[in-house]
Amino acid sequence: MRVGAYNADQVDSRDSAQRAQKPDIRLQHVSKRFRTESGIVPAVEDVTFELSDREFLCIVGPSGCGKTTILKAIAGLVPVSAGEITVFGRTVTGPYPDVGMVFQNPVLLKWRTILGNVLFPIDILRGGRKKAKGFAQELLELVGLSGFEGRYPHELSGGMQQRAAIARALVHDPRLLLMDEPFGALDQITREAMNMELMRIWMETGKTTILITHSIEEAVFLADRVIVMTPRPGRISGLVRVDLERPRAASVRLTPAFNELKGQVDQLVRGGMLESRRSEDVEDADSGGSS
Amino acid sequence: MTQLDENRSGRTTVVGGVRRSGSSVSRNERVREVVAVTVTVLIIVGVWELLTAVLGVAPVVLRSPQQIFGEFATDPMLYLTHAWTTCYEILIGFAIATVLGVALAVVVVSSRLLQITIYPILLVLQIVPKVAVAPLLIVFLGFGVLPKVVIGVLLAFFPILVNTAIGLRSADREIIDLVRVLNGSRLQEFVHVRFPNAMPFAFGGLKLGMTLAVIGAIIGEFVGANKGLGFILIQANTQVNTDQAYAALIILSAIGLVLYGAVAWLESLLLPWAREVKEQGIP
Ligand SMILES: Nc1ncnc2c1ncn2[C@@H]1O[C@H](COP(=O)(O)OP(=O)(O)OP(=O)(O)O)[C@@H](O)[C@H]1O
Ligand SMILES: [Mg+2]
Repeated sequence: MRVGAYNADQVDSRDSAQRAQKPDIRLQHVSKRFRTESGIVPAVEDVTFELSDREFLCIVGPSGCGKTTILKAIAGLVPVSAGEITVFGRTVTGPYPDVGMVFQNPVLLKWRTILGNVLFPIDILRGGRKKAKGFAQELLELVGLSGFEGRYPHELSGGMQQRAAIARALVHDPRLLLMDEPFGALDQITREAMNMELMRIWMETGKTTILITHSIEEAVFLADRVIVMTPRPGRISGLVRVDLERPRAASVRLTPAFNELKGQVDQLVRGGMLESRRSEDVEDADSGGSS
Repeated sequence: MTQLDENRSGRTTVVGGVRRSGSSVSRNERVREVVAVTVTVLIIVGVWELLTAVLGVAPVVLRSPQQIFGEFATDPMLYLTHAWTTCYEILIGFAIATVLGVALAVVVVSSRLLQITIYPILLVLQIVPKVAVAPLLIVFLGFGVLPKVVIGVLLAFFPILVNTAIGLRSADREIIDLVRVLNGSRLQEFVHVRFPNAMPFAFGGLKLGMTLAVIGAIIGEFVGANKGLGFILIQANTQVNTDQAYAALIILSAIGLVLYGAVAWLESLLLPWAREVKEQGIP
């Protein structure tokens, strides 16, 4: 499974001319079927979208519509059944380390301190701890955890663990940040605070980012574009461009423009009338706004 | 800039709620535990002493703590040398069982094919009653240390193997995914994730294994030996020397307790992070 198609060095050399033309991530008619004992499960069908450099994309949709599957496919963890995924101009055939992953749960290593957890990718990449330590400290400060370097995960609250996981995803300076419902387990207030932090981190680091969420508000607040998916089989039912000015304050949630966008996404999610809408129409939704 | 300020203030609201680490509480608790155990032991010894005096049970059957200690004091070297022999057998058996159990766990977890082929053999080994095999082993291997060690290993390795294998397997799917994303090797997966993850489970097996290694050594000595506390016990029984039997039995129990405690102590030393896991009910 581990194919060396991706070479971190090659990927890192950003050719600006090339970058201007080519999107960072491109999914073309991607489908994924799982073979299970009870038959073949079509998890994702004919998904097509693109992500440009430093873009923040959110994917929303009900449970089981294939969001995690898409994210793992982009990371090279799940081979696609049909279609093609290209990342930085290369076809994805297996995992590659230019990705920072944040999972739905923090999944920290219980036996490592917070600093040790943040340094985990460095250890796996054999990057040399000494050099990375300073950067790890900086990241911990960025996520508001300086002073907790020596603690074990079980000594931290869920929100703090999740922020440590975000620091861990950034420590090897990947170009891509993939987050699967990173704040799903948090209460509303903590969640909003985390959104602010994530936005700040994103603006400071400038990673191309995909974030999966169940919260429409979260999606509209964070994203440049929101992709809405429907289940059985997982398809894109629409796409909403969020043209709210950045940086966005927490209070942007109270503006009419924000609520208008929220309404659009909400309609797409409920989407009875959009049932017939196929992923080919995505381009339409992209340029003209939906509904 | 106002937005950034807002970010900062938002952050402080989250920082709250740090959970306490157990260390500051545990000192007081330690003292309380030690006191509680000491008091319990003293009460048991006292009641025992009292009952032997009051009940007037035949001296062949029940002896008082004082008499038993008297027996030990007449020839402490006898007990200590035999205790050393038994300890030696236990420790070697335990050490081999640990290496074997952990190694087999790795083998079983890393290859499905090997799991299918090896596991049934191990299971049969586990199911065969070791007490019944012991006399055969004495015949094959003689009266020395070896058959005791072998019985100890046979008894102890299985729980170590099973628990370690469970621990190796139960590593978080997503952490393994993380290793894969980073192009980590299978070796790194074991070293950085599966092994540390398995440690609390393995220690559960080790504690169980230690008690079984003790039993193994004694079975071996019962069946055929000229040294060790099991030998002393058998000798005392045939001579109807109840004091000696009790003395040997108590020393044996003490050895078992101390060795078990040593493993538990090692665990708390090596796995300070596992305190929480333990609270969730793994022995
Ligand atoms: N390894 C697998 N084997 C078989 N089926 C799978 C597997 N992974 C996912 N599926 C199926 O694929 C579909 C999409 O799953 P996926 O996890 O991508 O959904 P999701 O959108 O992330 O849902 P949620 O919001 O609940 O996390 C589901 O029907 C699921 O049952
Ligand atoms: Mg999911």
